[in-house]
Amino acid sequence: MSSVASTGLGHVEVKDATKVFPGRAGRQDVHALGPISLSLKQGEFFSVVGPSGCGKSTLLDLVAGLTTATDGEMVFEGQRLVGKVPEGVGVVFQEDSSFPWLTVQENVGFHLKQMGMDAAEIARRVDHAISFTGLGGFAKAYPAELSGGMRQRVCIARTLVTKPRLILLDEPFGALDQQTRLLMGDELLRLWRESGATVMLITHALDEAAMLSDRIGVMSARPGRFIDVIETGWSADRDSNIVSDKRFGDITARLWQKLRAESMTAMSGAQA
Amino acid sequence: MSQAAANASAHQQDHALSPLAYAGFVLALLGVWHVLTLWVGRDVLPGPGETLGRLWHMLSTGSLNKHLIETFSAFGMALVIAVIIGVLSGAILGAHRLSGEVAEPMLVALYSIPKVTLYPIMLLLFGLGMAAKVAFGVIHGVIPICIFTMSAVRAIPKKYIRAGQAMQLTPSQMFWKIYMPACIPEVFSGLRIGFSLTLLGTLIGEMFASQRGIGHLLLQAMENSNLLDITALVVMLVTLAAFVGFTLLSIDRRLASRAAPA
Amino acid sequence: MSKPGQIRLAVVAGVVLFLEFICRMGWVDTISLAPPTKIVASAIELVMSGEIRRDAFLTFSTVAGSIVSAVIVGFLMGLALHRFPLVRRFLDPFLASYYSIPTFVFYPFFIVMFGLNRIPLMAIGFIFAVVAMAINTLSGMQRVPRVWLRTAQMMRMSRIDTIRKVIMPAAAPYLFTGLKLAIVYSFIGVIAGEFILSGAGLGFQIAFSYNSFETAKMYGYLAILLTLVGGLNLYIYGLEKRIYERRGGR
Repeated sequence: MSSVASTGLGHVEVKDATKVFPGRAGRQDVHALGPISLSLKQGEFFSVVGPSGCGKSTLLDLVAGLTTATDGEMVFEGQRLVGKVPEGVGVVFQEDSSFPWLTVQENVGFHLKQMGMDAAEIARRVDHAISFTGLGGFAKAYPAELSGGMRQRVCIARTLVTKPRLILLDEPFGALDQQTRLLMGDELLRLWRESGATVMLITHALDEAAMLSDRIGVMSARPGRFIDVIETGWSADRDSNIVSDKRFGDITARLWQKLRAESMTAMSGAQA
Repeated sequence: MSQAAANASAHQQDHALSPLAYAGFVLALLGVWHVLTLWVGRDVLPGPGETLGRLWHMLSTGSLNKHLIETFSAFGMALVIAVIIGVLSGAILGAHRLSGEVAEPMLVALYSIPKVTLYPIMLLLFGLGMAAKVAFGVIHGVIPICIFTMSAVRAIPKKYIRAGQAMQLTPSQMFWKIYMPACIPEVFSGLRIGFSLTLLGTLIGEMFASQRGIGHLLLQAMENSNLLDITALVVMLVTLAAFVGFTLLSIDRRLASRAAPA
Repeated sequence: MSKPGQIRLAVVAGVVLFLEFICRMGWVDTISLAPPTKIVASAIELVMSGEIRRDAFLTFSTVAGSIVSAVIVGFLMGLALHRFPLVRRFLDPFLASYYSIPTFVFYPFFIVMFGLNRIPLMAIGFIFAVVAMAINTLSGMQRVPRVWLRTAQMMRMSRIDTIRKVIMPAAAPYLFTGLKLAIVYSFIGVIAGEFILSGAGLGFQIAFSYNSFETAKMYGYLAILLTLVGGLNLYIYGLEKRIYERRGGR
């Protein structure tokens, strides 16, 4: 990997990272992940699929800097991660993380306010993000008054306004029904193109990964490692209509082929 | 979040504390007490040494015995009555939606009344003696037990009931296999709080309505400004209550973590 | 008015009518119970004549002092317990047994420490209320959903900012509960103290009227006290509803 590429904006490098969780009183240590390696190109859309418990979310935490690797190296834009979340990273979590005591507007602008941005600029960005994510008209509403899907959009909008160079999403559409998921997938692609950021998406839905990604990493059962990385070759202006392309079925089939054995291992394997 | 789930999540990070560590902690507390006594003087706060000496004396000469028996029989009766009334009424109010809605604010209002002001009414109804003491204990403990039970019954997820119906359980089986296990953690939390408050109520009742019992001894010591006796009796009460309270708390947490795995 | 509200009103009205009836019929002696109408008349007289003014002022000012100190200290205690979990686990059994102890037995200690004034009574209210506030503060901080803490971490917020801008607002409903309990327990502590031990205040007047067999007056005082405390509770309840309605109760 040339040094120019590795210090590019939004470039992520994972080198033989391992994560071990120390056991609670009297229990064994949990070897959750790795050693695993990964290199994300600037601006690419990368999905991670794998059986339950394989450590997908742990991988996301490591890339984001929310947790430190027990072994190995995490590098973002040429800088090693040292236990802090680097600037320029946005995360959308699995559960709705909008703050119920703030309006949608205040939620979306929260991080910007934290960063000390001036009020006029905040207002501008927030307005744009709200209309871009389809939340227009709900600016003064409270999250409790919105549906689950809309609340996730608030979280996405909140991440977008900071113009991150790396966006991490941990099964953001997990709680939504299939139709909403497909539509949200389209929206996600739109946002990705608009922001130009590198995106890493964790999902258990193979069709979602096949439809949205440039590349898909397939993880093994715990402790997770990449057993394959599949290139989709989609063009950058794709949307959900891609499901009618023949390649979509092939890619999904390939994913399942790789995953089937791993999933069965995970199901029957030791659950600590 | 229900009380049960809350207990479970609060317990998540805990490792077992060794009894040795505990003994050390208690010794440290006694040390702090001793320093306090040195600071404010023995006349303001008797020291741990002489307090424990006095307590030992009271216990070993048997002068406490009849009072202990008096208090604990009153407390026992009050607890049984409070539990029966509390659980039954709570279950009914929880199961019957409208009654529960009507009753809840009234119960909360009753709970906020300084129950000591009901003392005249209690005395008028029950006269002096055991009955009044037991009544006092009951009115302190019964409301939290009722409220917690009511909340527990209301919170039984409908899906459990539907599962039971799908399995075509008889009413008796529904009660023992579905309702009871679902409620127990939260009901137990209520019982734990009811336990403390019933004891408190019994002791207070003894201060007015009796010539015997620990509460009465406390009142005497207070009226004579006998700080040493007060301290000795309080230490005894705290130790007993702490032991029982801790046991109940452990059971509570174990029930809760079974019911709401993290 | 809602249906439950109507039923409640009916129940209360029924009880009042019943009591009025049995008193007038002479089924209960006049020392034990006064008819509700006489109670209300007595209460009105107490207020109108200003007889109640001094005692009410004493009681409420003492209670206010107890609430303020209990909330502040209790809050700080809760913060400390959250910060030092080991201390909390050691204190668990003592906290669990705290409310078994009739805390006004410490009254003589407080008199020796502070003298024969209102402070010992405030101290009793304080020690009764402070633990409730501490426990609820602790609860609130412990129950902040992890995903919000991770969000704060993701936003690179400092520890202080995380506490101020995420943990505190998240814990606010529990802090509010702690406040409510601190208010209730302060009332209970101070009035119980006045009742048993003191020479002034509403609690004392209730005990005094009881001992002087002035039944209607005693119930009059009780009624006024209950109305005031009940009114306060209702107000706080309404306040809480308004604040948390749009937040969905979180």
